Amino acid sequence: MPLPTGDRLAAAYLLGIADDAMVYAQRLGEWLTNAPQIEEDMALANISLDLLGQARGLYPHIGILDGTGRSEDDFAMLRDEREWRNVQLVEQSLAGFGFEMARLLWFSTYQAELYAAASASSDETFRGVAAKAVKEVAYHHDHARQWALRLGDGTEESHRRMQEALEAVLPFLAELFEDDPVSVAATEAGVGVLPSSLHDAVVARVTGIVEEATLALPNDSMWRSRGGRQGVHSAPMGYLLAEMQHLARSHRGATW
Amino acid sequence: MTRTHTAPAYVEAAVGAVPDPEIPVLTIADLGIVRSVVADESTGVVEVVVTPTYSGCPAMEAITAHVSHVCRSAGWEPRVTTRLSPAWTTDWMSEEGKDKLRRFGIAPPTHTAADGPVRVTLGRRLVECPRCGSTDTVELARFGSTACKALRRCEACRETFDEFKTL
Repeated sequence: MPLPTGDRLAAAYLLGIADDAMVYAQRLGEWLTNAPQIEEDMALANISLDLLGQARGLYPHIGILDGTGRSEDDFAMLRDEREWRNVQLVEQSLAGFGFEMARLLWFSTYQAELYAAASASSDETFRGVAAKAVKEVAYHHDHARQWALRLGDGTEESHRRMQEALEAVLPFLAELFEDDPVSVAATEAGVGVLPSSLHDAVVARVTGIVEEATLALPNDSMWRSRGGRQGVHSAPMGYLLAEMQHLARSHRGATW
Repeated sequence: MTRTHTAPAYVEAAVGAVPDPEIPVLTIADLGIVRSVVADESTGVVEVVVTPTYSGCPAMEAITAHVSHVCRSAGWEPRVTTRLSPAWTTDWMSEEGKDKLRRFGIAPPTHTAADGPVRVTLGRRLVECPRCGSTDTVELARFGSTACKALRRCEACRETFDEFKTL
């Protein structure tokens, strides 16, 4: 498939950013009433809401850029699995609190660097969403950092489980920093941020926290996820969409 | 048909006086989220530009609806737009707003250095208890009852209180 150009290229690039936020917002929302303490219910729901806000800021703009005029609901509720451009990290099912903190630590650090770099984007909406989000993401990052420290440098049990969590998220990290054709072209066009350019800063920040938490970054995993930015997803994605989209698809145009 | 509407200054003030739905002691002007209100007498249209406090702030829809209602009640046709850039900061909150927050029992945000990095170190800032004024307070939860608030406890009077997070 030929690469889109102009506004359509910007739309294709921004869709990946928006979908990461939307899908992770949905996953984090699942923690409500399931977190280990009520403060965590609140924290994860708050973070989810911030991410939802990022997606909502981008979707209508993408709908204008790609010429379809789609609304935020069209993007969130009426697209099938192969049309989603999020990395597979964010679609993975809940797998315990340690896993969530490991995922949030990597993802929030990635977003912090991405949104800081987006201040140089030629796309005004992307710059605006990023300038807003970068301050919120600093809170997300600090939340994950504190839990990584507390669990890593906690009891023998919490240390072991946090270490296992770092290993469990590892196969999904490469996708965050992969220079897919759309991101490369969007970077050349002045809109995007080259994913690989974020790698060193993100790894350095996470490594510092992991070491302070008396944990160790695991060695490279034997396999890695691929294809999220091209619409190829893992098994949990279908279930996530089914739950998220069920109402909107069963009752078209429902409002409340 | 000719429209009858109130004076531009009236509707402009009325828009700013709309209360925040989550923290009703604050007006949206106190919060600093109203970026501009321009009433055009020739068209009868009021252009209102608001900026959200947080990306996903669920109060935005209620605020937009209330602003539109206030304009219509004053005989004007509202046009409310949301602007993300430049991003809202708690530095835009008025001093009067901060006083109102304190009296309401919410510790106001502390000042941020312009363009500086957001400080997010736990428990290192001095936050005054809005009830007894002691700075001997600790953070209980970074994420409180709304996106913009954290939960703290005063070690002097032992009361818990909300803090408006510095952003």
